[in-house]
Amino acid sequence: MIENLTIEQTSKLLNDKQASALEITDIYLKKINTAKKLNCFITVSEDKAIEAAKETDERISKNKKIGFLDGVPLAYKDLFCTNDILTTASSKILSNFTPTYESTVTANCKDQGAVVLGKLNCDEFAMGSTNKTSFYGPVINPWKSIDNEDELVPGGSSGGSAASVAADLCVASLGTDTGGSIRQPASFTGLVGLKPTYGRVSRWGTVAFASSLDQAGPIAKTVEDAAILLQTISGHDNKDSTSSIRSNENFYSNLDSSVKGLKIGVPKEYMSDDLPEEIQKFWNEGKKILTENGAELTEVSLPSTKTALPAYYIIAPAEASSNLSRYDGVKYGLRVKEKSLTEMYESTRSEGFGDEVKRRIMIGTYVLSSGYYDAYYIKAQKIRSIIKNDFDNVFKNVDALFTPATPNTAFPINREETDPVQNYLNDIFTVPANLAGLPAISIPFGLDNSGLPIGMQLITNSFQEQMLLNISKNLQDTINFNNRPTQWWK
Amino acid sequence: MSNNWQTVIGIEIHAQVNSKSKLFSSSSTGFGSAPNTQVSLVDAAMPGMLPVINKFCIEQAVKSGLGLNAKINSKSIFDRKNYFYQDLPQGYQISQFKDPIVGEGSIEIDLGDEKKVIGIERLHLEQDAGKSLHDQDPNLTFVDLNRSGIALMEIVSKPDMASPEEAVAYVKKVRTILRYLDTCDGNMEQGSLRADVNISVRKEGDELGTRCEIKNLNSFKHINAAINFEVDRQIKVIEGGDKIKQETRLYDVTLDKTRSMRSKEDAHDYRYFPDPDLLPLKLNQSWIDDLKKDLPELPDEKKARFVEQYKISDYDAEVLTSDRLTSEYFEKVAKNRNVKLAVSWVASELFAILNKLNLTIEKSPVNSDQLGDLIDEIENGIISNRAAKEVFEEMCESSKSVKEIINDKGLVQISDTTEIEKFIDQVLIENPDNVQKYKEGKTKLLGFFIGEVMKATKGKANPGLLNQIVKKKLDN
Repeated sequence: MIENLTIEQTSKLLNDKQASALEITDIYLKKINTAKKLNCFITVSEDKAIEAAKETDERISKNKKIGFLDGVPLAYKDLFCTNDILTTASSKILSNFTPTYESTVTANCKDQGAVVLGKLNCDEFAMGSTNKTSFYGPVINPWKSIDNEDELVPGGSSGGSAASVAADLCVASLGTDTGGSIRQPASFTGLVGLKPTYGRVSRWGTVAFASSLDQAGPIAKTVEDAAILLQTISGHDNKDSTSSIRSNENFYSNLDSSVKGLKIGVPKEYMSDDLPEEIQKFWNEGKKILTENGAELTEVSLPSTKTALPAYYIIAPAEASSNLSRYDGVKYGLRVKEKSLTEMYESTRSEGFGDEVKRRIMIGTYVLSSGYYDAYYIKAQKIRSIIKNDFDNVFKNVDALFTPATPNTAFPINREETDPVQNYLNDIFTVPANLAGLPAISIPFGLDNSGLPIGMQLITNSFQEQMLLNISKNLQDTINFNNRPTQWWK
Repeated sequence: MSNNWQTVIGIEIHAQVNSKSKLFSSSSTGFGSAPNTQVSLVDAAMPGMLPVINKFCIEQAVKSGLGLNAKINSKSIFDRKNYFYQDLPQGYQISQFKDPIVGEGSIEIDLGDEKKVIGIERLHLEQDAGKSLHDQDPNLTFVDLNRSGIALMEIVSKPDMASPEEAVAYVKKVRTILRYLDTCDGNMEQGSLRADVNISVRKEGDELGTRCEIKNLNSFKHINAAINFEVDRQIKVIEGGDKIKQETRLYDVTLDKTRSMRSKEDAHDYRYFPDPDLLPLKLNQSWIDDLKKDLPELPDEKKARFVEQYKISDYDAEVLTSDRLTSEYFEKVAKNRNVKLAVSWVASELFAILNKLNLTIEKSPVNSDQLGDLIDEIENGIISNRAAKEVFEEMCESSKSVKEIINDKGLVQISDTTEIEKFIDQVLIENPDNVQKYKEGKTKLLGFFIGEVMKATKGKANPGLLNQIVKKKLDN
């Protein structure tokens, strides 16, 4: 009975008193324990989870249940600062860091009674799309190809957030998305992953990667669960100057799966001969479904699409190089003792950061350097506004865009990598929405011939998450994707 | 110094914004607290922390800009200035680089009889760093983050000054304006206001010379001395056939010398870029207009008004308006009283005692009401000006009222005609010879008689009355 629960189902079980929060939490804690091979969790906050579950049961016994999330076991990417729980950003440099404060996003979940099972592995400082850059080792995708026994990447950077939900080690999770870090792993693991409009969700208390791009969002088993989590974590926050003053919405109650009369654009620049046939197949199938369900599909153009990735790989590292300056061994985190300040900085940061983080700090430092700033950073910002402009133009005529989420499916962890840029291409379909600050979602569509999940992406105009969720629900209900990985790790 | 050398000086003033909380956090800005007791999560740059602009600091910067007759920019941008140092927790300082909150302006400085206009290039807001303590341990450096994140205004002048005197007059004037506006307390000893001075020399008619920057000067005396030394040094270098290297220098107070701190080649590449955590700062014109309307009277206006309203000299007006609190003190004292007495008591007696006790006017032992009481006693003829000085001295040391002191010391002036006559008659009787001489035409002896009566009355005789009666009696 307690297997592959959604938030809705968990809430109903608790409401109907068919199970206690403690029982459910206990089962999930046991599952986590049997799935260590997947390396999803950096920290399991067992005591706190049990305590929170007991509090839920107490409330239920008094008929004072707070809301949908009350008693629902969740887990968070280890980028969200959690009071009194180790928060590492999957980096050695923060491997001893326990915050005294709670990020706005996770505090919102806590206020709704969520049970926190622990903190999820991810790429170091969210830099990566494979989850291989983590100081704590790679996360293993619960899905396996039917062709071989290779261990596959879950995608990244929110690899633990995706793998843990796919393996049902938690009911749903939170990740962050800077260039696709929620949508790409959701796609690799057959889940729903949503990146909100920039400013919809407070960044306060979330370890920063690239401040102008970062947004937290849900990874869930259903569109409904994504809606519940989104409305929980959204809302204005005085502590984040970039947080929107727009009032929160009840996305879950307002879900309406009709797509009749909606105009949905298919950007021609996303079409490519390099796109694997099976992804193309599902993309076509999606267009067909949407048309059959009453939407009007049109081809649109986003002419600057090909410049998005290079612009992203200038802006994101530039911001990161500055954001990561605070990890210097002076105040908290790792300090490698040396005789002088400069040597202490050098040793601490050399030992504390992994190669991918160092690579991006160096790129970022370079593009901000005097003499290169105009040629790289300023040019990238110009491209960014052109890209935003492309979207603005398209959204004058269509309600949403429909594209693949990723250019490939999950690949083997030990795939040989000589060129880091090859990995950067994973983000090619997801990055434009981040640059334009738009909401986007990845929803599961089916399995390829090797039995691996394929996701499709929807993008809408700013603050049109309701429409994003509505169209997603329409697709979800039509496709009825309910495959789960075989539990080989037990 | 050769006559045909010209000095060119530009100054960056760092003025701490008068605000209870920091530029991007709600921590206190109080001075002198125990180390690291005024540090928020934001100030310590904990992971995930974000800056939120303090509106009051924005208001203070705009008021300062208005006081400097400068353009207020309706849109300005906060940038990150990136560098590593132990007392810079974020690894960057939030500052304003390309688009400051305040643009060009100008102020007028007084140089004795002349006036000169000095251009203001810009004013921008930035965060202060923490403080490194190198003297707490033989091997370790300690860091105090209480200052970290406090709002500073950097006010950049145009290179319009040509001498140390002008430089000092400029810094003084900026300080006065900020203190009038209450946007900076101007306390140089506590570091609330400090100056970086850019100096170059050239021969008349030549292009601008290479400049050196002298950092962190925190008194008028040091500004003056550092410029003097640096100008001499630069001229000597050039006259010796060498070139000036562009560099940052420090002024060594004990040696009265400047020395090289770092050369241009060693200068940091600060990698400025707009802080993505902060939106561009947009100011509403009507809000700026309201601030302008509510701006207090500034030193130049006040000085002009003093000359006009009180009919006092330019010099006295300058002295009395060089500090807002002094000018307010003076106006309270002068209200409905003899202006000349008010000027002389504030500008001479009060200033002398404050100087002697090394106190500022807000710590004055005699407040404006008390000084007013004293002047009332003089004006009403109760005490003489001389006696008043004795009373004033006592007032500086005790909390007694003016009346109490006058009574205790028996300083009440004798203004009763009959009583004064008695003393005069006595003196005339005791000095028949001099009376005779006076009557024969030696009228200079009038002073002798007055002196004798004063002696007899222990100085308490009302001098006006005394003079009048003695003359009358002798001339009869």
